[in-house]
Amino acid sequence: MPQLLIELFSEEIPARMQAQAARDFERLAREHLASEGLIPEAVKSFGGPRRLTLVAEGLPATQGDRHEDRKGPRVGSPDQAMEGFLRSTGLTREQLVEKDGVWFAHIHRQGRPTPEIIAEMVEKIVRDFPWPKSMTWGRGTLRWVRPLKRIVCVFDGEVVPFSVDGVESGNVTEGHRFMGSGQPFKVRDFDEYAEKLAKHFVILDPEERKDRILDGAKTLCFARNLDLVDDEGLLDEVAGLAEWPTPVLGDMEPAFLDLPPEVIRTSMRTHQKYFAVRDPAPGKLAPHFLTVANIEAADGGKVIAAGNAKVLSARLSDARFFWDEDRKTSLEDRLEKLKGVTFHAKLGSLYERVERLELLSKAIAPRVGADVAKAVLAARLAKADLGTGMVGEFPELQGLMGGYYAREEKISGVVADAIRDHYRPVGANDEAPDTPVTMAVALAEKLDTLTAFFAINEKPTGSRDPYALRRAALGVIRILLGSEARAPVRELVGDWYRSLRCFVDPGRALYVSTKRTTGYLGPLSRSPSEVFETYVEEFEDALLEGKPYVVVTEEDFDIRFDRSAAAGDAPEGEVIYEFRPYGVVADEVMAFFADRLKVVLRDQGKRHDLVDAVFALGDDDLVRIVARVEALDGFLKTEDGKNLLAGEKRARQLLQAEEKKGPLPAGPAVGMAGASPEETALVGAISLAEPAVARALHNEDFAGAMRALSGLRGPVDAFFEKVLVNSEVAAERENRLRLLAQVRDAMGRVADFSLVTG
Amino acid sequence: MPTDKPLSFQGLILKLHDYWSRQGCVILQPHDVEVGAGTLHPATVLRALGPKSWRAAYVQPSRRPGDGRYGENPNRLQHYYQYQVILKPNPDNLQELYLGSLEAIGLNTRLHDIRFVEDDWENPTVGAWGLGWEVWCDGMEVSQYTYMQQVGGLDVFPVAGELTYGLERLAMYIQGVDNFADLAFNDPDGPEPKTYGDVFLENERQHSEANFHGYDVETLKRQFEDMEIQVPRLLGMTGPQGQAIVLPAYDHVLKASHLFNLMDARGAIAVAERQSYIGRIRDLTKMCALAWVKNEGGNGLPDAEQVAK
Repeated sequence: MPQLLIELFSEEIPARMQAQAARDFERLAREHLASEGLIPEAVKSFGGPRRLTLVAEGLPATQGDRHEDRKGPRVGSPDQAMEGFLRSTGLTREQLVEKDGVWFAHIHRQGRPTPEIIAEMVEKIVRDFPWPKSMTWGRGTLRWVRPLKRIVCVFDGEVVPFSVDGVESGNVTEGHRFMGSGQPFKVRDFDEYAEKLAKHFVILDPEERKDRILDGAKTLCFARNLDLVDDEGLLDEVAGLAEWPTPVLGDMEPAFLDLPPEVIRTSMRTHQKYFAVRDPAPGKLAPHFLTVANIEAADGGKVIAAGNAKVLSARLSDARFFWDEDRKTSLEDRLEKLKGVTFHAKLGSLYERVERLELLSKAIAPRVGADVAKAVLAARLAKADLGTGMVGEFPELQGLMGGYYAREEKISGVVADAIRDHYRPVGANDEAPDTPVTMAVALAEKLDTLTAFFAINEKPTGSRDPYALRRAALGVIRILLGSEARAPVRELVGDWYRSLRCFVDPGRALYVSTKRTTGYLGPLSRSPSEVFETYVEEFEDALLEGKPYVVVTEEDFDIRFDRSAAAGDAPEGEVIYEFRPYGVVADEVMAFFADRLKVVLRDQGKRHDLVDAVFALGDDDLVRIVARVEALDGFLKTEDGKNLLAGEKRARQLLQAEEKKGPLPAGPAVGMAGASPEETALVGAISLAEPAVARALHNEDFAGAMRALSGLRGPVDAFFEKVLVNSEVAAERENRLRLLAQVRDAMGRVADFSLVTG
Repeated sequence: MPTDKPLSFQGLILKLHDYWSRQGCVILQPHDVEVGAGTLHPATVLRALGPKSWRAAYVQPSRRPGDGRYGENPNRLQHYYQYQVILKPNPDNLQELYLGSLEAIGLNTRLHDIRFVEDDWENPTVGAWGLGWEVWCDGMEVSQYTYMQQVGGLDVFPVAGELTYGLERLAMYIQGVDNFADLAFNDPDGPEPKTYGDVFLENERQHSEANFHGYDVETLKRQFEDMEIQVPRLLGMTGPQGQAIVLPAYDHVLKASHLFNLMDARGAIAVAERQSYIGRIRDLTKMCALAWVKNEGGNGLPDAEQVAK
């Protein structure tokens, strides 16, 4: 069966776009062919620096004839509708067929030659290609990522003739820009195409380009007894920058090795796209680098290595300048500069963020067993490196540089580590911090981000999450679960609201409305801290309890709490910050955490319905929630669990039905004289189970609670088998209903079983 | 490094002039108003717009007051040279022409690693953007290569190709020196050899001092406003053929832009003010761009897409 080969040859395509472009090319071709009823046996596409290539195997020479029955208007519909239908089908009224009062068109389409369809397809793909950014050139109006120079389109050995805005299709392409012959050449099919390209120094397949880079790099390193520092992302990128990628090992001035290794690697990577090289024995960076050139130079790459070494020296000199300059100013002294940097217009400066982080870390430290003073110091200095020259140059070194500079200042290692690691975990593969001081600051950092943006109503929607709040929530979850630290979400959100006290500026007073939760700063002549400390507690209480609002006025520094004004009326003055009330935000943040946690648990293979069943209890302690889900999961896998689940359902439904008839009797069941042995057994079992469940829950021994419940299984089963609940004797019926309610409620303390589906 | 004797700084300029002259470019002299980059020369910003073809090459002294380091940093200068080429419409073989210019200045493309690395150019103060690359030679950025898509917020049609060479950096590479001051400015074996430092080091020292500590900020602010006010005034006038007075108006945009850079170097621009100043300059540029296009009889696009006449 015939083969189709397409090459779209252009000027250099950005490396980061090539892989997606190849995927889009393949998808669009498959979709178009399928819409024409053409299904290839195989399709493969390749993206490279100057070309997108697609090969489709096993296409028919002609499209098969196609039949379609299309439903039209009802018989007796207005003429307009009929005319529209006839126009769209190209038939006459006589050709339509009536069936059950509706007109149908039998459309028969003669199959067309495949090349005709291919020509239409390529033109459409070229015109509609989803480049992230595209341009026009010269006098043309066609858009492509960079100027499109040639189109190869060969079907079954023959050119498929067409042109798109003056670019004619053909069977001619060219090789490497510098190493090729400079002469275009003809191709008949994919094999010849790939072979001729290779002869003209172009490796078509990005995977082969990567292999060539890695093989070459490892050979070079091996000869000098060095190790290549792997970097998957960089490999992808450099494989998109060269058609004939050729690794070259160069020398770096050894004097630069006293810079932090991350600085050297980052400078190499971001500015120069070099791989770092390690000395295997001490496992430290070696004074070399590996670059990937686009040519195999006649001199073996000597000139290229020397030139690149010079550029690297200039870059590392810059880095050394920052390293030396930055260390002249202490982190503490850099904080002043953060006052002039806006974190977010509605959330104030970075300095204000730092003040919140200090207070938050102070509140969180005891929850994770951290030294409070150290956590607060680390929080205070955590963002100071944002003002350094090095982080200005390499933003990805934030945190890390702060850690280095803290060590240079002889700040305690625990604090320096916390400064370094407080952004972690930064991705799914990054480890969550597990030392207490770092955990405290890392939690504070994420909670401030999360709560602050919820408080100003900047929540993620759909795929939009500009402040990476999902990542922040996931980070909190991973830190808490990893350490089993106990920190209920609502309390943490409350900690954040308490940290708002830092919004008191000298020379201004503070007004807070809990309805609008507005920070208003009016004139103030006394020291704000003095004033603030006097009413801060009452302020916090008002804030957290949702009281109307609190006004601090200048004439009365003994603090007047004015709760008389109608909620929502903002007093006069400039509104500085405005936050939504604690209660609303706490609920939303908790729901947000619940969603994130569900994703985490689902990824671990936990049943979705079990997560719901546990969340329904309203707990906001993530560690406890997960422990419950795990216990429940284990329980429901046992024979007892499955049966008891059925028993609970029966009890619950029966109670629901009875409730419609009238209020259910309250209180526990009693052992009635003359009751059947099954009833008596269940009364006994529940009276044993209830305190056992309560005790286990109190100790957060959820597996124990489940075990206690499993003791009910036999008696519940036997009860339902032998005992008729709706006895005609009222006292008997009531007692039995009480008994079932007890069973339901005992189980309900462990999870909401009505939400368990499977 | 090239094997022959490397080009002097002025030799490099002369080679590029010779090369681009042979490609049909008019070889212009620098614009006589201070600018921050070669793009801002009216031969690029204004000539890129409108329907007419245009090819020009020139050296443009570029001033970045904030980049001055008293001549003590080996790579940073507050006054340096850009070599600028503009070809409208861009010829189909512009990449090959560009590579030819590298060969002309002694960079053998079979020995050096030349790569086109994505870099999308944008200049918010003149409302301009384009797509293209930074061109790397052995890991060093030697040129910026752009297909200009918009200037002054207006579509560039036909599209112009713009090439910018950083002359000091390129010369340092060719001559193999690590400090701009050590560049051979003219022939080092000639009767009166001069280095770049001989010619410009004192210039860097004095201007750095003036940029950072010298100018009176209030005066700069007033001068900015004085320049700003001339622009709509000039654009509102008509010349003998009924044309808008664009070229003089645009010179005042450039003067305002330079005054802004001076204020910035003095640390006199607050974060909040910054966007507003940039916005003012952009608006002035847009006014000029629009008037220029009207003078030229449209922007070359089909009628339906013409800018408002």
